Amino acid sequence: MVRVRVVKAKESSRNKKLLIQSIAIIAALVITGAFILAIGHNPINVYASMIEGSFGSTYRLRETIIKAVPLLIAALGIAVAFRMKFWNIGAEGQILMGAFGASFFALKFSEVPRPLLLLIMMAAAAMCGGLWALVPGYLKAKWGTNESIVTLMMNYIALKWIVYLQYGPWKDKSAQGFPKIANFADNAILPKVFGVHMGWIIALVLVVVIHVFINYTKKGYEIVVFGESENTARYAGMDVKKIILLATLLSGGIAGLVGMIQASAVSNTLNMQVAGGAGYTAIIIAWLSGLSAPWMVIVAGLFAVLTQGGSYIQTAYQIPQSAADIIQALILFCVLGSQFFMQYKIVFDFSSVKTGTAKIEMGQGGEARGN
Amino acid sequence: MRESVMVELKQITKTFGTVLANENVDLVVQKGEIHALLGENGAGKSTLVNMLSGIYSPDSGSIFIRGKQMNFSSPKASIACGIGMVHQHFKLVDRLTAKENIIAGSGGSLFVSGKEIDNKIMKLCEKYDLTVELSKRVQDMSVGEKQMLEIIKVLYRGADILILDEPTAVLTPQEVERLFNIVGRMKKEGCAVIIITHKLGEVMTLCDKVTVLRRGKNVKTLEIRNTNPKVLTELMVGGSVDLEIQRIQTENKHPIYEIKNITVMNSEGVKALDDVSFTMYTSEILGVAAVAGSGQKELCEALFGLLKLKEGELVFKGENISGKTPREIYKKGISMSSVPEDRLGMGLVGSMDIVDNLLLKEYYTQKGLFVNRKSLKAKAKELVERLQVSTPGIHHPVRQLSGGNIQKVLLGREIYLDPDVLITSYPVRGLDIGATYQIYDLLNEQKQKGVAVLFVGEDLDVLLNLSDRIMVLCDGRIMGIVDAKDVTKEEIGMMMAGQTLEMVKNQGGIYGESKSS
Amino acid sequence: MEISLFLSAAVIAGTPLLFATLGGIMNEKVGNLNLGVEGMMLMGAIAGFTVGFQTNNPVLALIGAGVVGAIGAFIYAVLTVSLRANQVVTGLALTIFGTGFSAFLGQNMVGKIISDGMKAKFAPVRIPLLSQIPIIGEPLFNQSPFVYLGYISAILLLLYFTYTSFGLNARMVGENPAAADAAGINVELYKYIHILIGGAFCGLGGAFLSLVYVPAWQEGITAGRGWIAVALVIFAGWNPLKAVIGGILFGGLDILGFRLQGAGLNVNQFFLDMVPYVVTIVVLVAAGVKKNSLNAPPKGLGNAYFREER
Repeated sequence: MVRVRVVKAKESSRNKKLLIQSIAIIAALVITGAFILAIGHNPINVYASMIEGSFGSTYRLRETIIKAVPLLIAALGIAVAFRMKFWNIGAEGQILMGAFGASFFALKFSEVPRPLLLLIMMAAAAMCGGLWALVPGYLKAKWGTNESIVTLMMNYIALKWIVYLQYGPWKDKSAQGFPKIANFADNAILPKVFGVHMGWIIALVLVVVIHVFINYTKKGYEIVVFGESENTARYAGMDVKKIILLATLLSGGIAGLVGMIQASAVSNTLNMQVAGGAGYTAIIIAWLSGLSAPWMVIVAGLFAVLTQGGSYIQTAYQIPQSAADIIQALILFCVLGSQFFMQYKIVFDFSSVKTGTAKIEMGQGGEARGN
Repeated sequence: MRESVMVELKQITKTFGTVLANENVDLVVQKGEIHALLGENGAGKSTLVNMLSGIYSPDSGSIFIRGKQMNFSSPKASIACGIGMVHQHFKLVDRLTAKENIIAGSGGSLFVSGKEIDNKIMKLCEKYDLTVELSKRVQDMSVGEKQMLEIIKVLYRGADILILDEPTAVLTPQEVERLFNIVGRMKKEGCAVIIITHKLGEVMTLCDKVTVLRRGKNVKTLEIRNTNPKVLTELMVGGSVDLEIQRIQTENKHPIYEIKNITVMNSEGVKALDDVSFTMYTSEILGVAAVAGSGQKELCEALFGLLKLKEGELVFKGENISGKTPREIYKKGISMSSVPEDRLGMGLVGSMDIVDNLLLKEYYTQKGLFVNRKSLKAKAKELVERLQVSTPGIHHPVRQLSGGNIQKVLLGREIYLDPDVLITSYPVRGLDIGATYQIYDLLNEQKQKGVAVLFVGEDLDVLLNLSDRIMVLCDGRIMGIVDAKDVTKEEIGMMMAGQTLEMVKNQGGIYGESKSS
Repeated sequence: MEISLFLSAAVIAGTPLLFATLGGIMNEKVGNLNLGVEGMMLMGAIAGFTVGFQTNNPVLALIGAGVVGAIGAFIYAVLTVSLRANQVVTGLALTIFGTGFSAFLGQNMVGKIISDGMKAKFAPVRIPLLSQIPIIGEPLFNQSPFVYLGYISAILLLLYFTYTSFGLNARMVGENPAAADAAGINVELYKYIHILIGGAFCGLGGAFLSLVYVPAWQEGITAGRGWIAVALVIFAGWNPLKAVIGGILFGGLDILGFRLQGAGLNVNQFFLDMVPYVVTIVVLVAAGVKKNSLNAPPKGLGNAYFREER
């Protein structure tokens, strides 16, 4: 008879963890490959095309980087909240509100000199995104309201708000009735560095800043302690409400910056696609990176390849965009499942004895031993 | 003789990760026998019985129940075999009623209403002299009631092999007596009872046989009538030990912290402390005795500035510090240390290393925006050395250390703060004898240094020997504060059960009579 | 009867929410917070639509929706119950998966409409007597059989959790899995069964949208209703009957803008669209302000259970 049991494994070594994660990625590739095969394509070719589509030319490489920037920055913002175990699912809305704040200045104060205007736009974006996240933060601090649902609801509210602006007060009169907001003036557009808008520099600076903030500053230390245990934070004399407010403000503020970058450098205007799901994908990136900022660079890069390569195979193989969603989810399932094998191991017991029928040996059964 | 053997364990081995919890353990329990499993904390007693109850599976070895070899894959299989376990941490659902807790998982009828169930439960209660209020929710029950409910739950499923894991740890002496009475009835009814404990007195009065475990191995099985506490202690700790707790005489006692008429609400909005007043003195250990959930946790938190006072004042050296947060109290130049009951959930951050845990109480005194870990590394090393913390290094997550070492890190950090007042809550819970005595020594050392120590404990013998004065709480009120030299364990027990000091002193004789009957 | 018409429309708009909320309750009663409701609804919506479109058989369509919703739930159950993965992230992943799954399978279905014969099978059926109750009779009891299926499910679930031993066991699993395990309840099995049935409910909620409410296929047909359902679970206090009320209430909010404009009131459509989301937040806050121990979430919600945890 074979019995399968699950037991807690010994502390996994770094190598074992890497091995398990690699297996998870390979498993994801295999499952995805089966899926691609099922819809009638050769997975190897498709994978090769994805790489080709992401790195095949300078243009494609730039596109990949442009796709990685919002994912990376949003993930950094989300990670700050997640460190505190504040499940901020509202990056999407925070990005939209950030874009709104930036657009307000881009549209109304387009005559301000470029560097100054861009700085004002960034500040406004961070402010709006931060305040948008502060609302669920405040509700959580004050009444313990479930933040994941509130942040999510606020995504929809933000989206409706942008749609309202697009169809209503901010509608471009010169667009002949087409519901769009006017394009930004050149003053409000982020300059390019090495052919890619300077959002990538902002992203890399933020990686360092957030890494240092979380690991080496007092406020970062407070956030981490609070995330581990609220009671410990209170016991150590921390003002837990202040920590929640600070962390949510920061988390949303960083997401808000994404909105500014996307509106200014990518779409050159404000519209409802400005976040484009980056706020949701970034949750996955933050989590897969174990909330570590340097790792996020790599994971965000992978996801950018997935998106960029995804849109390339869309044209090359007529594989719809929705297939990329499925592939993303499959990878995520594999990695989620793989975590188990780092903490537990499965033991197979092979025993020839069948339950209840064994012969009983009773030597000293009745007597107390040793006396 | 054969038919009477209910339980036989042979060569049981079990590991958790790298920890060897049980190694080749044997155990034989007969019908109508009360068998004690004796051993220190961490000796592997709970692990062993958890394999009997199907919670854990042994890595190797075999289990025979009434002569049949069993291979429990789940508690369900174990229950079906007539094994019932009353866990140390009750497995009850707070929000459900007593009846719902009893019948959940017991199978039987599709619907949960019905008089037969009530009748069956009532019959059981009569047979074993148990009481229960079927419609009462567990969250409204006292610890004693909960334990009674756990026993009924097990008997309802028809168990005749009962395992009680540290059943007396949270009971007053009077409740313990009642429990022993119930266990006695079980024995008469032909049940086999296994009791896990580390209290020798209980083993001697209640049990027929005792198996001693040490570091996961069995040391010996003895008939109670052929042994004595001294022998058992030596078997338990492996060699002779001097188990005297010293009460050190100190001079220089003067009031330092006055608690005046404080009333505090708990998180559910119920009064946890009701008009509590006392004074802490320097160079003194003030013991606190109370049944679990009597307000001792809230008392510790209130004294430390973590809970808002509804009424009353806290006065430290003549200065009113009521309503101040721990941080504000610190800024006033008052050093207060606290070793909370929940070590990893409150005192320490489990996933962080020793250095980062030292940082917890120091980072805010450092200058600038950044934390400075350098200065703490030396301190961490010193702490590890001085308190003999066994750890792979100062950068090892504290969660992975053993209970005793975790406590040393916590207490060590708090002592390093050079406190005026040291509040400790169950500081030796779960520690082995060596670590326990080390902690007692540390507390005495603090007392000698002039610190006012508050010691919330559960073992009354220890409280009586270590404390200078003992304060007894019941339902958030002080029943009395007594000099540890002029009080008996029974008197403290009666106060814990809700009698005031005067009542106890007046009718002390009555209790004595009931005991002899 | 203006009120009656509005209520009737609210009941219809609330039915997908009701099913999804019941699905959420099934999950959370056994201690699993499933944020994949939206994904499972979408999976059920496309499955129900495809089967209904191809076969014109309403029963097969519902079975298809339920089964595919349960398949989505099965992925979630394997990950969170057997492999003890983080429930929040797994739920999000499931929603991503469901979104992609429905869009992918539905790419050739966009704009297709359910046949008239099929629509007729989901047409309202008046229940004698009950439909004669003043004001609420007509809106509640002159509805599609699919709506009645929602009521019946809610009542059955209430009876199940309150009066049956299986329901009691399930609640124990959600409150305290360790206690349930010690009492001999198969924790993993209970979780699996309830999560799967919950997924089937979510699938039915999605199918109501694609088969009855719209009734045609459009991408992202659920439009965030799954998330509102997650909040409705809290609003309903984990009580299936209150989920009916919550469903109708939020269904009413959903159609409010359209109706008000129809009545000639000049209110901004976009702001009215925000109302359900704002109200959800208000409801959540209100639930947090007045804490009631009998109305609180299952204690074990969101935590993985491992028997040999030390």
